Amino acid sequence: MERFAELLDRLVLTPSRNGKLRLLTDYFATVPDPDRGYGLAALTGGIGFPAVKPAMLRALVMERVDPVLFGYSYDYVGDLAETVSLIWPAGENDGARTPALSEVVERLGQASRSDAPAVMARLLDQLTPSGRFAAIKLATGGLRVGVSARLTKQALAEFGQVDVQEIEELWHGIWPPYAELFAWLEKRGPKPENAARAPFRPVMLAHAIAEGDFASLEPSDYAAEWKWDGIRVQAVAEGGVRKLYSRTGDDISGAFPDLADAMHFDAALDGELLVGDPRDKTGTFSDLQQRLNRKTVSQTMLRDYPVFMRCYDVLALEGRDTRPLPYAERRQLLREFLTTLPADRFDLSPTIPFETWKELDEKRCNPPHPIIEGVMLKRKDSPYLPGRPKGPWFKWKRDPFTVDAVLMYAQRGHGKRSSFYSDYTFGVWAGPENEPVLLPVGKAYFGFTDEELKQIDKYVRDNTVERFGPVRAVRADRNHGLVLEVAFEGLQRSTRHKSGIAMRFPRISRLRWDKPTHEADRIETLEAMLPRE
Amino acid sequence: MLPRDLLRSRPEGLYCPQGDFFIDPVRPVERALITHGHSDHARAGHGAVLATRETLDIMGLRYGPDFARATQAANFGETVELNGVRVTFKPAGHVLGSAQICVEADGTRIVASGDYKRSRDPTCAPLEPIPCDVFITEATFALPVFTHPDASHEIGQLLKSVRQFPERTHIVGAYTLGKAQRVIALLRQAGYNDVVYIHGALQKLCDYYESAGVPLGFIQPATVEDRGAAPPAGSIVVAPPAAIDDRWSRRFADPLACFASGWMRIRQRVRQRGVELPLIISDHADWGELTQTIRETGAGEVWVTHGREEALVRWCEINGIAAKPLHLAGYEDEAE
Repeated sequence: MERFAELLDRLVLTPSRNGKLRLLTDYFATVPDPDRGYGLAALTGGIGFPAVKPAMLRALVMERVDPVLFGYSYDYVGDLAETVSLIWPAGENDGARTPALSEVVERLGQASRSDAPAVMARLLDQLTPSGRFAAIKLATGGLRVGVSARLTKQALAEFGQVDVQEIEELWHGIWPPYAELFAWLEKRGPKPENAARAPFRPVMLAHAIAEGDFASLEPSDYAAEWKWDGIRVQAVAEGGVRKLYSRTGDDISGAFPDLADAMHFDAALDGELLVGDPRDKTGTFSDLQQRLNRKTVSQTMLRDYPVFMRCYDVLALEGRDTRPLPYAERRQLLREFLTTLPADRFDLSPTIPFETWKELDEKRCNPPHPIIEGVMLKRKDSPYLPGRPKGPWFKWKRDPFTVDAVLMYAQRGHGKRSSFYSDYTFGVWAGPENEPVLLPVGKAYFGFTDEELKQIDKYVRDNTVERFGPVRAVRADRNHGLVLEVAFEGLQRSTRHKSGIAMRFPRISRLRWDKPTHEADRIETLEAMLPRE
Repeated sequence: MLPRDLLRSRPEGLYCPQGDFFIDPVRPVERALITHGHSDHARAGHGAVLATRETLDIMGLRYGPDFARATQAANFGETVELNGVRVTFKPAGHVLGSAQICVEADGTRIVASGDYKRSRDPTCAPLEPIPCDVFITEATFALPVFTHPDASHEIGQLLKSVRQFPERTHIVGAYTLGKAQRVIALLRQAGYNDVVYIHGALQKLCDYYESAGVPLGFIQPATVEDRGAAPPAGSIVVAPPAAIDDRWSRRFADPLACFASGWMRIRQRVRQRGVELPLIISDHADWGELTQTIRETGAGEVWVTHGREEALVRWCEINGIAAKPLHLAGYEDEAE
């Protein structure tokens, strides 16, 4: 348990992706089975113990420590799991051996609702403070260490020197503690076979097209489709099993029961999940957001924001793997197949007719719907290949919006950037023309070069007017300040921001050292960019 | 004699009327007894100062030779009489030269602990509990959530990280007096024999510790004119806490910020400081050491100062010991 606790403690404080990967691969390489398998399951969200609840922990600790001292401590620490793990009186030392992760999992797994308190208390007695913290997090679910299931699989792939898609493909057919997976990754055993029905197929991804690419591409070799700004999903229904997967192979059927229940077919489809009714109206991105990141979905939600799938590829059809077929043939199969599916839940992503790149560019710049974020180019003779092969698929995004804003606050970064002020809050002018004030409209922490970062950092230090912990307020008025050209993908109304506006994917596109602050944009410019409701 | 007639709180600090002296006064006074060299306890500008040889030396290094009009060195265990008040210095285990001060008159004995700890420290003498009527204890980490692990375990974590990330320079934030030298000495005990690089602000005190018989091994300045002598990637650099995320740290290879402090027990504190590798190494007693020490002194009354007084007063109440917070201004807990 201590090794797992140590891993969690380090992961949460390590900002860099490569640092996390190294911590994970070291863990897989040095911790024996079955512990590392349970560690893997915990990190990928594969274990939970519903019998253990925060209220139970509180009751347990109150039986052991003075409530007044607990109160002082909880006020100071601010987190229940952490307070309990630190304040828990060290148990009688029976043999000085702390239980292994696998033993913790086993004991919690066998606990019923009635004996869970006793099981948990016994574990807490036997563990160290950081082991207790990990056990509580494990038991109550949600490790929150800033590591996605995807990153964990990436670490497994690096550990075993295999492609991450191979792991994603296997994933839904293997179970904790994953002994056969580790045996394969360590070249001690065969590749596990995915016996699960309706498995995930690793998705095909596109490269962003560059200006220079067009010269070597022949328009007639490619089909064009709109690039929908929804969620990439894979709908698989085989042998009576129905699964809706995210692009990384996570099973998201539970969040979209309305779509999952409509999957009465035998096929694997690739497409975009959107809100609305395809026969009538496609919702905007903010409509879609109503359905994101929800564990349970209410009836009202299902009625007001129904989801559907705009399909653009077919990977398997009635027992046949269609991925080796050329795009044009797959598309033909898909078109025919979709006529048999419920029209309120499935439709076909239309192709965009074009003769020349110039013609397509014009269409790209004038999309018929706000949820379109560009066009996709797909080579008509290409098979469906997992990963991001260069050539068959390109994405050609709409140009970003830009606005000239004024730097208002700067915050210190993390990791490599901890000595730099690298996170910037910027604002635009609002209020009366003759007496305008800056209104914060967003925050960005990338888009600039290392050299530009140094320049802004120096600027922030030289022009600080106030400090609040790691944040500095920077001098910004009509005559002084730094203008930043900010690029973003779109705007939404937001009740959480004072400006009433939330930017999508904002980044610094240029430093406008030359531009006087009073020439920065006004809030009305942004308001005009909001999508019509 | 009633305890409050022997020692009482005044704006300048803890005062003994009969002996006419202050303990760790925060303002210049005629006669001062100093427990240890940390700047919130040892200030310049007093008339006469009585402290251990090491504390006097450290004050001299920090403030210059004229930090007081007159100085007198106190030897551990020897009793000095000041206007009929018997004063004895005993080790406090906090930093080199740190002392508890035992004050006694008319059959009443009060021990002012200054700052103290009980865990092993290769750089200073361990605390000896002194039986007394009133024990004045610090309360920096006086919450039951503060349980410091064995310091050698924390040093093990540091060395493990150096092996795991050999391309990164590990910068260990450690308070200039005491913590920095302890971290280096612990590294040596753990068998780390490479050069330890130090920030310029640590040089004088490290040299002094060496001269006082605390071996620190091969140490070198971290910042030098000659690029060739700069710490290679994977080195350990010890620096004052403020320097770890300052511009100073940018010169090193992909610096990994570590911080050696008892506060590192609390995750929120770790995140606030932007620390990547917290090392829970403290020069102050944790909850267990505080309560153990109070018991061992056998004191019937406890005065609690600088820190989380209310929790320790509560513990004393539960355990049938009279206790009150002693409000002394001017001591900082952040220095840890």
